[in-house]
Amino acid sequence: MTDATLQNFLWIFISALLVNNFVLAYFLGLCPFLGVSGKLETSVRLGFATTFVLIITAICGWALNTYVLPHAPYLRLITFIVVIASTVQFIEMLIKKLSPSLFRSLGIFLPLITTNCAILGLAIFATNRNYGLMESFVYALGAGGGFTLALVLMAGLREESELSDVPTLIQGTAFNLIIAGILSMAFMGFAGLFNS
Amino acid sequence: MATPTTPYEEMMKGLWRENPVFIQVLGMCPMLAVTNSAVNALAMGLATLFVLVGSSFLVSVMRLLIPKQVRISSYIIIIATFVTIIDYSLLALFPKIHKELGAFIPLITANCLILGRQEAFASRNGVGRAVMDAVGMSMGFLFALLALGGVREILGDGALFGINLFGPNFEPWVIMILPPGGFLTLGLILLFFNWITEKRKMQQLKFQLSAEKV
Repeated sequence: MTDATLQNFLWIFISALLVNNFVLAYFLGLCPFLGVSGKLETSVRLGFATTFVLIITAICGWALNTYVLPHAPYLRLITFIVVIASTVQFIEMLIKKLSPSLFRSLGIFLPLITTNCAILGLAIFATNRNYGLMESFVYALGAGGGFTLALVLMAGLREESELSDVPTLIQGTAFNLIIAGILSMAFMGFAGLFNS
Repeated sequence: MATPTTPYEEMMKGLWRENPVFIQVLGMCPMLAVTNSAVNALAMGLATLFVLVGSSFLVSVMRLLIPKQVRISSYIIIIATFVTIIDYSLLALFPKIHKELGAFIPLITANCLILGRQEAFASRNGVGRAVMDAVGMSMGFLFALLALGGVREILGDGALFGINLFGPNFEPWVIMILPPGGFLTLGLILLFFNWITEKRKMQQLKFQLSAEKV
């Protein structure tokens, strides 16, 4: 199904960005979503780093799926995870060199991009649907945008909530999860975009 | 480790005191994604048990052979191997469940709970303790999955393990089996856990105070 029309690309992009948002509808990438969303600035940067890894993974995933995996389908998971781990390692070195302050503020969550299920999930979804090269690229762009969007919205809400009087019992993860639930409910509204 | 612990204690800590989901907040993605029914939760819990115990065993056996610099990649390849095994076994034995869980079986690879246990425990302890720890942690994970899956299925579908509970007059609370319900239910369960912990602390405090008076 390589339908190379602009309409198809736009559909894939909007679908991954809003309707089937990776974080709020598929529950992928929740660890960084709950862990890093304390500060707006950090979450924007983590969003971009993750988007970059997503795009590289999508392209490598497509190449592997087209040229290698037809001969050895059982190697799918292992090859994907090796590609992801090495891309993350590369980005880690890059960020450490270019911006040590960002490197420090991302902390443990930078190497943990490897176990961000959004990335492995993207590779698996894209190959399950037999996306072509361009489709995979657009899909990764939409998914990364959606991840960044969810992260930024969450960080904004959490920064606001620091000023308000939250009961001590609910502070922390419980509070964040309930906020995420309400956000997710709001995103469900986008489901109407395509059905009508 | 401050005090030596018995293997039994090693196992029990995962169930409650260091519960991977409720206390450490790890492994959230599969936790929320597959718990729209109790059967899916059970299948996911057992699959995770297999992968965690298998990889903890192997990592612990090989802990002296794996060089420090490439340890994370080595662990993840070991984990991915076990996930591939369970993926193909489920496809052969229970195709229906495999279809329901879909992409979330391969995604067990990226469950941070599993990698976390390898890094924090299996790579530093002997085989017996590592396996006990893995069993305990995955039982804790299974317990959390079942709690969440049970609540969501009862409220969202009026049933448990597919058995209808309330009869035809029950109006299902559909939002509970949709994504927002997952977030909200887990949030409320965590709140409940906080409440219990807080209450215990207060009780201990009271006990100490009354002991001091005497």
